[in-house]
Amino acid sequence: MGEHHHGPAQGISRWLFTTNHKDIGTMYLWFSFAMFLLGGFFAMVIRAELFQPGMQLVEPGFFNQMTTLHGLVMVFGAIMPSFVGLANWLIPMMIGAPDMALPRMNNWSFWILPPAFLMLASTLFMEGGAPAFGWTFYAPLSTTYAAPSVTFFIFAIHILGVSSIMGSINIIATVMNMRAPGMTYMKMPLFVWTWLITAFLLVAVMPVLAGAVTMMLMDIHFGTSFFSAAGGGDPVLFQHIFWFFGHPEVYIIILPAFGVVSQIIPAFSRKPLFGYASMVYATASIAFLSFIVWAHHMYTVGMPIAGELFFMYATMLIAVPTGVKVFNWISTMWRGALSFETPMLFCIGFLILFTLGGFTGLMLSIAPADFQYHDTYFVVAHFHYVMVAGAVFSMTAAVYYWLPKWCGRMYNEAMGKTHFWISFIGFNITFFPQHFVGLAGMPRRIPDYALQFADFNMMSSIGAFIYGASQLLFLYNVIATVLAGKPVSDEKVWDGAEGLEWTVPTPAPYHTFEEPPAVPKPAGTI
Amino acid sequence: MANPSSASAGHEKYYVPESSSLAVRATIGLILSVFGAAMVLNDMTFGGAEESSTSVWVLTAGLVFFIFTLASWFGTAIRENLAGMNSSQLHQSYVLGMFWFIFSEVMFFAAFFGALLYVRQFVGPWLAGEGEGGRMNGLLWPGFEFAWPPMTTPQEIVGGVDSQVIANNGAFVSQEKSMAPADAHAWYAWLPMWNTLILLSSSATVHVAHTAILAGNRKKFNRWLGITVGLALIFLGLQAAEYYEAYVLYGLTLNSGIYGSTFFMLTGFHGFHVAMGMTMLLIQLVRSVRREHFTATDHFGFEASSWYWHFVDVVWVFLFLFVYIL
Repeated sequence: MGEHHHGPAQGISRWLFTTNHKDIGTMYLWFSFAMFLLGGFFAMVIRAELFQPGMQLVEPGFFNQMTTLHGLVMVFGAIMPSFVGLANWLIPMMIGAPDMALPRMNNWSFWILPPAFLMLASTLFMEGGAPAFGWTFYAPLSTTYAAPSVTFFIFAIHILGVSSIMGSINIIATVMNMRAPGMTYMKMPLFVWTWLITAFLLVAVMPVLAGAVTMMLMDIHFGTSFFSAAGGGDPVLFQHIFWFFGHPEVYIIILPAFGVVSQIIPAFSRKPLFGYASMVYATASIAFLSFIVWAHHMYTVGMPIAGELFFMYATMLIAVPTGVKVFNWISTMWRGALSFETPMLFCIGFLILFTLGGFTGLMLSIAPADFQYHDTYFVVAHFHYVMVAGAVFSMTAAVYYWLPKWCGRMYNEAMGKTHFWISFIGFNITFFPQHFVGLAGMPRRIPDYALQFADFNMMSSIGAFIYGASQLLFLYNVIATVLAGKPVSDEKVWDGAEGLEWTVPTPAPYHTFEEPPAVPKPAGTI
Repeated sequence: MANPSSASAGHEKYYVPESSSLAVRATIGLILSVFGAAMVLNDMTFGGAEESSTSVWVLTAGLVFFIFTLASWFGTAIRENLAGMNSSQLHQSYVLGMFWFIFSEVMFFAAFFGALLYVRQFVGPWLAGEGEGGRMNGLLWPGFEFAWPPMTTPQEIVGGVDSQVIANNGAFVSQEKSMAPADAHAWYAWLPMWNTLILLSSSATVHVAHTAILAGNRKKFNRWLGITVGLALIFLGLQAAEYYEAYVLYGLTLNSGIYGSTFFMLTGFHGFHVAMGMTMLLIQLVRSVRREHFTATDHFGFEASSWYWHFVDVVWVFLFLFVYIL
């Protein structure tokens, strides 16, 4: 007790008992990568089954379990925790804080995640199998017709919600309270801004998700009728509650990705971010709009026409702040001294493919057109363009960008670029054809399909295997870097990088700031 | 164990506690609790394993472990504060933490209020054949008419579980009497009104206690905090009496269709939060009486509990309005 400049403890207790934001960030990142591989494995099963028409490998019931678990694991296990891990590592360093505001709770937020996912995965081995109702778990599929394992699923969701809420409260408290003197709100790096707004969204909607699964629990075990018309409730009520959570959730996933891209593109353009203030306002506008567009996921459910119109126009409005962002990123690169290291490649890949995903989103937002697209592979293609090429690409960029700062070693650039190109090509082979089969009417979540879709599905599957394999290259590159990468000692690993995290030694010391640092220069000034 | 080291007086401006086993212990408690709860519920509903007593043990062990860990966690935080380790910055972090925690609770209740309002505004009329959502009424629930509180369920109108056209989970038997004021024996016997008065007064009494501690008057603080806890206890007692009335005398249960569902879930979760808030206030009272904790400038444990109490009070006002009156 009382010793000050202590380094990490030894052995496993370092990780179990840690209160250090870097340790906790590292655990989040590795955990999310493990979940990424697990969810990816489920995706491979799906694509293997869909390689050819007809029943190939798995039973239809098991296929449904795979699509369900793939979605749940990727959203709640891979993408969300990865960005929380990034927030843990970076926010204290970026705002000049010693650590997160509430370090012990920080550790708790992480440690309840692995057992929750263990519980979720254990449903695969239970009687009746794992949840098979899709990651959106619509009632009554998830209530009246669900396997008994749904109870474990419900409690797993509760725990994930608790983890997210605690993590977000911590981030809000850190950003609002721990900024170094002089680090005013409008000087904060954009990554911090996007996470502050994301954390607000999380605290607002995770409890609503908890409410939804609690109502399911009561309907299943205690005879209530929230989602039963026979008792005066309504299955559509479930969809409203779910998507009131679910739509902000989409932005919870993508806003931190916006933040990452807004850090990396300026660094490799050797120019400050174009339109810093408008970026902040655009992020806030997207967050606000996310609360009033949820029913665009339910156009075909039988809403009054006034509802369809309201949600359609509100949804289209989101294109405006999102367009501002894309414009600003491109303007940042305009006449910049560009160089194309791996993080920049992934960011440019993000920029192109996320914009494509945004455009298909705009198509889907048109209510009368959506009647055709609803629940087809067009939707699958759309959200994988924003989830994979959006969130996952930017997360990958972030790892390449900050990894040298984290561990003091440089990754293998050639291998990184190879990873990018295989990912980029594999991703597009996988998901671009899905637009076509979707528009032609192929429904999602179906293990078999009409012969006319055979060629495109085979392409999709081949692309998926390529994309999946390229992630193993990524894993290898990261491990090789951590263990035996070329040491770097420059504080500024990238010559164009700006921000407080590049003023501390490389690798970043266990405790970054013992005292408040001086804020060097406003992040947004041109 | 947690050995917070933050300020060996003045050197560090920042608070970073040393490594601590609290988080992992709390995780074990929490996971055992939910795993045990899921096992218990599945045995109950799906007639699962013969060893259902095992699941009860898992649940109980988890809860006990969790509660003890929480107690030790808060105890650690209190000891750190008494040892003078807490800076004003950490205090501000606690303030923000409590504020956003309460905000998340507000959103949890919002889900249930949203469900209630959606059912009353849209689902009910649609089931009764009105508007654009009502086109299936003639096929699915012919003859169902909607009023609030609904004194019947669509299922009962068509002749019970076996006569309904689409599958559903279970039988929904409507209540004989609702909890609305019109159904009360007499205005003075209408418990929700008394509960409203009690809870509103308790918000006032806790505020008096707050002003007392701000003035450094411990005796007055203890007295008014004690009164608040007493009022909370009376509230919970009346709530229990009301539930007895509903279940035994009125036939209003969780199975009574959407009215019973929304009524019990909203009042039940509120009641649970009252119990939590009361426990929090009681702990602050014990701290003040037995240990002489809290001064005019340092009383965050009490302050946070009182915010929580005001929040519980505000939720009740909305509940009284939308569940009982309107």
